Amino acid sequence: MWSFPLFPEQASTLASKVDALYFFLIAISVFFSILIAALVLTLAIKYRRRSEDEKPVPIHGSLLLELTWTLIPAGIVLVLFVWSAEVYFSAVRVPKNAIEITAVGKRWMWKVQHMTGKREINELHVPVGVPVKVTLTSEDVIHSFFIPAFRVKKDAVPGRYNTMWFEATKIGKYHLFCAEYCGTKHSGMIGTVYVMEPDAYQAWLGGEQAGASLASVGEKLFTDLACITCHRGDSGARGPDLAGLFGKPVKLANGETVTADESYLRESIVTPSAKIVEGYQPIMPTFQGLLSEEQLLQLVAYIQTMKAEVKDEAGAAAPAPAVGAPAAAPSPGAR
Amino acid sequence: MSSSTHHPAYVHHFENLSEQKEAATFGMWVFIAQEVLFFGGLFAAYAIYRNLHPEAFYFGSHHLNIPLGAANTAVLIFSSLTMALAVHAAALGKRQQIVGWLLATVFLGSVFLGVKVVEYKEKFDHHLVPGASFQAGQLGMAEHIADPVLRGKAERASQIYFSLYFSMTGLHALHMIIGVPLILWIAARAWLGQFGPEYHSPVEIIGLYWHFVDIIWIFLFPLLYLIPKPH
Amino acid sequence: MQTEVVKGNEEAVPGNGLDRENYINAKHGIWSWLLTTDHKRIAILYLVSITLMFFMGGAFAAGVRLELMTPKGDLVDSDAYNKLFTMHGIVMVFFFLIPSIPAVLGNFLLPIMIGAKDLAFPKINLLSWYFYIVGVAVFLVACLFGGVETGWTFYTPYSTAFSHTNVILAALGIFIAGFSSILTGLNFIVTIHKMRAPGLTWFRLPLFVWAHYATSLIQILGTPVVAVTILMVAVERLLKLGLFDPALGGDPILFQHLFWFYSHPAVYIMILPGMGVMSELITAFTRKRVFGYEFIAISSLAIAVVGFLVWGHHMFVSGQSTYAGMVFSALSFLVAIPSAVKVFNWSATLYKGSVSWESPMMYAIGFIGLFTIGGLTGLFLAAMGLDIHMHDTYFVVAHFHYIMVGGAIFAYLGGIHFWWPKITGRLYPEYWARVAAVLVFAGFNLTFFPQFVVGYLGMPRRYHAYPEEFQVLNVLSTAGASLLGIAYLIPMVYLTWSLFAGKKAPANPWGAKGLEWTIQSPPTTFNFDHQPVVTEEAYAYAEGHDTSHDAAPPAAPVRA
Repeated sequence: MWSFPLFPEQASTLASKVDALYFFLIAISVFFSILIAALVLTLAIKYRRRSEDEKPVPIHGSLLLELTWTLIPAGIVLVLFVWSAEVYFSAVRVPKNAIEITAVGKRWMWKVQHMTGKREINELHVPVGVPVKVTLTSEDVIHSFFIPAFRVKKDAVPGRYNTMWFEATKIGKYHLFCAEYCGTKHSGMIGTVYVMEPDAYQAWLGGEQAGASLASVGEKLFTDLACITCHRGDSGARGPDLAGLFGKPVKLANGETVTADESYLRESIVTPSAKIVEGYQPIMPTFQGLLSEEQLLQLVAYIQTMKAEVKDEAGAAAPAPAVGAPAAAPSPGAR
Repeated sequence: MSSSTHHPAYVHHFENLSEQKEAATFGMWVFIAQEVLFFGGLFAAYAIYRNLHPEAFYFGSHHLNIPLGAANTAVLIFSSLTMALAVHAAALGKRQQIVGWLLATVFLGSVFLGVKVVEYKEKFDHHLVPGASFQAGQLGMAEHIADPVLRGKAERASQIYFSLYFSMTGLHALHMIIGVPLILWIAARAWLGQFGPEYHSPVEIIGLYWHFVDIIWIFLFPLLYLIPKPH
Repeated sequence: MQTEVVKGNEEAVPGNGLDRENYINAKHGIWSWLLTTDHKRIAILYLVSITLMFFMGGAFAAGVRLELMTPKGDLVDSDAYNKLFTMHGIVMVFFFLIPSIPAVLGNFLLPIMIGAKDLAFPKINLLSWYFYIVGVAVFLVACLFGGVETGWTFYTPYSTAFSHTNVILAALGIFIAGFSSILTGLNFIVTIHKMRAPGLTWFRLPLFVWAHYATSLIQILGTPVVAVTILMVAVERLLKLGLFDPALGGDPILFQHLFWFYSHPAVYIMILPGMGVMSELITAFTRKRVFGYEFIAISSLAIAVVGFLVWGHHMFVSGQSTYAGMVFSALSFLVAIPSAVKVFNWSATLYKGSVSWESPMMYAIGFIGLFTIGGLTGLFLAAMGLDIHMHDTYFVVAHFHYIMVGGAIFAYLGGIHFWWPKITGRLYPEYWARVAAVLVFAGFNLTFFPQFVVGYLGMPRRYHAYPEEFQVLNVLSTAGASLLGIAYLIPMVYLTWSLFAGKKAPANPWGAKGLEWTIQSPPTTFNFDHQPVVTEEAYAYAEGHDTSHDAAPPAAPVRA
């Protein structure tokens, strides 16, 4: 009858790191709980009142003891802080070779798109042993993408992109939860994560309704919306050249420099005038309300694939929206 | 336990009148600390949104009536002066002067509120009150921002500017609306001869409150009315 | 201390004031209570009203726990469940825990402890109770018209744009009740500064007073921010201004910053007065000076100050910048240190004391254990790497119940039992009090310990239905909650009984130190016949013979 789990499965590279910290903290907690319980009970029993006339010894305190129990906890929390920050960094720094998946929270479901254009709802298929980066957003309220077996969680916030990553280590089925309260069917906004062999994953990706890849759907959108009219990448273009833009620093008209990450691209589509690239006029219309969050992700995916091959022809003319080191990391995941 | 415990204003749970006066003044200072944090929440929201939407704030601010706002600032500073004179008169025990200066303060406060009503009505007539009837087109951004996109964004966010304008000035006006009857009440007590050199805490305290309300306006006026054009 | 001849047919008890004039029989009639400015009567008004709110919040909790016995969510539908946990949270946090110790015990005792006849502003004190009652009434209207289901945290944009329930009314209720808290804090600060008895210097104040001073600072500086924030939610909901709507240029995360700027310090509004009660209980039941008085006093202020700088640890997974997260994490860890200092000092106070295991002390000992667990599990959540996994799971729920129930409510119950003879002039049956204390302790642990486990397993909070493998732990928790619910009712019964049939209490039934024990039980309206003059430090218990010749204990037994 006692066959219920007391400890979650470890199914990602992060899980063991998080659990190590967890066990260390449990050890500290058990030690101090027992220390204090033993101290209190021993003293309370040993010095129990034996007669009403007892006159206890007045003790004012001891600086040495005060320092001891200030500095020892201070030392412990310092260690904990450094350790936990280190775990946190490994949880937010996305490896360069991560495959990308997008997830949109909508009351009350998770809509997942793979780079090939394969879509699923409340299910997430991922290959084992491959880092996976998930870009998250929401169509309505704040949700939170939570896979306990991987020890990862990130809020899906409307109007912005958050990213998280994991690398599954064990084939199997795991829970996917929404962890941020989102209304009536909050507890129904759950799904299953399927961790598969990479081959099986490829086969699954190419299976039924594989259709066009995320980027190619985005490319079609790019054409349909006539983005190319302005973003055509030559000297006379009214909009900045997008080829090879992703991950590069962009100099803005107000003198600031930002990195062209997913959030920047999304913002530039939804509220183009928020950040005007140096040398261009703020003439792009907004696409707010015209595009769903999924379509935005498709466009962003396409722009990421626009490599610099076109740029070679146009490079000389375009007033270089991308300034600075060309070898920036493909993904500033920590932001 | 001096003769001060026989003063009619003395409340017997205090040890003596001077403890009572100190407690009352200190209480008002603590209350003001609380007020600072109360406005602080709005100031925090203001700082964040002005940073996010400089154009909206610039054009919103541009549409406020700066001469009226400036005149109101002068009125309020002047009312602080009359209030200070009332406190001074109370310390000297000059009954008629206390009442006179307090009534002058009430008058100036009412002028301020009257001007505020005119300003609010202007916004109402121009459909600049946030909500269903809000028309950002009234801001006249069309003449200044040719780009429809930039304009759209600023127009949407201008509602946030006007929400903050109305919350901040409205909360400030509410403090004045509460202050005016309180001053009248204190003036009536002064007329009845309840305050003299020995005891005039209520005048001092209402004075503190009034100065605080003035100071809030001294911050609100430049923050809301005098926003320079963003680069 | 009193030798007056006592009328009436019961045995005369020295220092009992039931048959003499006291604050209870000084005036009669409902209006003498509803319009009273006596801090003790206002404390009783609060006691009655927050007790009602406690059982109301408890009923909502019972609904939540019963629902969670089965994984399917088959007792009530999900909307009803969402209302249950939301209203449980709102009632318990805003209408019970925040006023509990300050407004009842603080109101009653603080003026007496510093030798004053009343708080500095008695009318404002009464006004604060009316703010509380009007706030409660508005919230009850919201409940009657369908309740509210946003979670007690009112996160935007859910609360502003998506919820179909009475968010505005509930927010208004909380907003109004907030002023009650502000005015109580203001009154306490002025009273402590200006009305201390002659000779009562800052470092002679009982630690209960120090803790309330720190609490009042938070009430004054934090509450106005949440008041204005919650007002923004109501206005945004009414007028669709876009303050928290990303489509109109707003920022939903801004709400979380403003909300937690108050609501994290609010946790310290709940626990700091409890810590003050603890210091009183421990010293009274060891008949001994508290160990490290200055360190306990200053640590209260340290907690209040640092507590204002940790709010961002509620947003580690919201997309907040990594570096902001690190600062908040470091500061959150820092709060652990003054808390640990307090726990160690209380434990050290027992050393060479005369420890009596009466029921208030049992709550105090329970508090030390549960607060230790609550505090240590707080370290798990301050650790950013771990919090990613634990955020919004039952681990968090268990953690804050260990602080708020295991800490604040244990201290509250301990304090109520300790000062009950002073407040009512009656003794309660000690046997039943001990039974209740043990049952509350057992029921509490059975309810909340399994939640740590189910939380680390990954069960998110606010789930109406959950995967089956979590059921056993949830059933354990529900079983514990049933026990806890019954255990809470026992004190209700015997304390009420004691009002009518309890033995008369002497002035100082525990042999404790403190000005409140020098006056009759229950006190007279103005507490003291003559202005007391304080000539000694707090907890100056009669000194015994120091047989071991060392004033400070050796380090060995503490670091054993």
